[in-house]
Amino acid sequence: MSNIILLKSITKMYQMGMEQVHALRGLDIEIKKNEYISIMGPSGSGKSTLMNVIGCLDTPTSGLYELNGTNVSEMNDNQLAKIRNKEIGFVFQTFNLLARSDVLHNVELPLIYGGVGSSERKKLAREAIERVGLGDRIHHKPNELSGGQRQRVSVARALVTRPSILLADEPTGNLDSKTGDEIMSLFDALHKEGNTIILVTHEADIAAHAHRIVHIRDGIVEKDEIVTNRRVIQHHQAATA
Amino acid sequence: MRLFLDETREGLSIAFTAIRANKMRSVLTTLGIVIGIVSVTLMGTAIEGLNRAFNKSISAIGADVLYIEKWPWGGGQNWWEIRNRPDVRIQHARAIEKNAENVRGVSPITGTARNINYGRKLIENAIVVGTDEEFTETSNVNVAMGRFMTALEASGGRPVCVLGSDIAANLFPNESPLGKVVKVGGYPYRSVGVLERQGSFMGMQSLDNRVYVPIQRFFKEFRSMRGGSLSIWVKAASLQGLEETKEEVRGIMRKTRRLSPKQEDDFAINQQDIIIGAFNQIGVVIAGVGLFITGLSLFVGGIGIMNIMFVSVTERTKEIGIRKAIGAPKRAILMQFLMEAAGLCLMGGILGIVISFPLSLIIDQVLPTAMPVSIVVIALLVSILVGVISGFLPAYRASRMDPVDALRYE
Repeated sequence: MSNIILLKSITKMYQMGMEQVHALRGLDIEIKKNEYISIMGPSGSGKSTLMNVIGCLDTPTSGLYELNGTNVSEMNDNQLAKIRNKEIGFVFQTFNLLARSDVLHNVELPLIYGGVGSSERKKLAREAIERVGLGDRIHHKPNELSGGQRQRVSVARALVTRPSILLADEPTGNLDSKTGDEIMSLFDALHKEGNTIILVTHEADIAAHAHRIVHIRDGIVEKDEIVTNRRVIQHHQAATA
Repeated sequence: MRLFLDETREGLSIAFTAIRANKMRSVLTTLGIVIGIVSVTLMGTAIEGLNRAFNKSISAIGADVLYIEKWPWGGGQNWWEIRNRPDVRIQHARAIEKNAENVRGVSPITGTARNINYGRKLIENAIVVGTDEEFTETSNVNVAMGRFMTALEASGGRPVCVLGSDIAANLFPNESPLGKVVKVGGYPYRSVGVLERQGSFMGMQSLDNRVYVPIQRFFKEFRSMRGGSLSIWVKAASLQGLEETKEEVRGIMRKTRRLSPKQEDDFAINQQDIIIGAFNQIGVVIAGVGLFITGLSLFVGGIGIMNIMFVSVTERTKEIGIRKAIGAPKRAILMQFLMEAAGLCLMGGILGIVISFPLSLIIDQVLPTAMPVSIVVIALLVSILVGVISGFLPAYRASRMDPVDALRYE
């Protein structure tokens, strides 16, 4: 199967006060279509920087990044914005929903910036919201929803553009373990439907949902392992747990 | 195109939500713009009033009239040379009347200040104008009651007078002035008519506080024929032919004065356009200074908007990060905040017009005017412009934010 992500000798340096920080020091990763992969690492390992680079929020200082066959390592801000809009679905630890907008508007927002017409947009947004099981909360504001529901909204927002990858940064970090499990089972199901999922986490049991775990330390890949004992939560378990 | 429309609609709805979410802050910020727009529109209305008053006064006298006088309007020439010119006299008026073809009317004008009384009612220092029967033609004034002096009365120097409307109203509050004998400077005159009301202009002596008498009588009773220079009003046959008339009159004057071709004119032919030009100059200065001063308050209001937009951008750093993460281009973020600023200012502009409209009606009592539609449109456009200008820096800063930093902002 073809690579959806190709990272080759990626380095990232930035200035922090007087100090130069080498966050990534020549890192190589390949990710194939429909892979389910976790990126793990302690804080300060360069994990967040890597996520920003993969998510096209930031460009590498040097190295090659091909996303879906396109070289994105030297794109300008507006080109990157377009790539983020079309190719990447973000799920954040803190949900990052617009507080003053309802569920429907939050989910259709990427389509607005993607230039999708109003009726098509509403239809796609409703589908995504129903997919994450919030069809009856469509006009609720984020503060009227529970943490788990908010994270589902943000998953719906990530899905709505049918991106090449879903990029989840500690998606269960702000949830209790039960709702965390519900969210993880949602990711498992989305993977089965053909989505490519990248989980960034420092929790081993969350990482164990993936097929493959990449360990990052000091800005390079420390270990790249295939998961043998995958942790899969069955839907009925999640519901009864 | 649709992308742009959708982004615009999104920007508008964000702007509206943001303004509504901070009602108190929005209202206070907008106050600066409201005050600015109120002062600018009122100043514009007042300037409009000045122009109207001027044009009214000008058209009452007529733009197609030449004024042959000793002194040129507007000055600028050698004072001594002009002072030593011969006076303009009644025979010059006769010569023009007799020889000019492109004229509709010629009237000699002279004047002085005298007390006027009827019985016990007294008007001090009214203007007494000596002229002839063609004055109604050259001055464009209509008779409201009775008639003007006849040619016979004018040439015979009969003791008749025509009253200005204020004089008539003050001397004869309850009766008709026609046929009554009033004393002008102590001499009896029978009043034969009252002129229409003309109004005054910019604090000048009221045109209605005048009495018109035959010029021959004037010379007998108020000032001798040699006692000063006249003004001869010549109404051209048409406004288009004004220059032609001017040359003709000039030729007649030179011939009467026996000037050799080398000599310069020793008289002035004045025209309204000199006054109009002078006034327009003053008007531009008044308008410029007035609008500049009132514009300052708008400027201060704009600074307030800029300040609050910086606050708004900082407050919503996280939101900007989210929007950027899911693919909002710089343009969309820029538009979002520009629209918020422009929306705030437009709100202020509309409010300002709503407030200044009744105030303009008060101005109307003092200086007849009306808020021009153009000033309403300009005020709204200016307020949007102020919003866009003062919102630009904050919006630009927002659009340039790094998505990673913005997302991390708490």
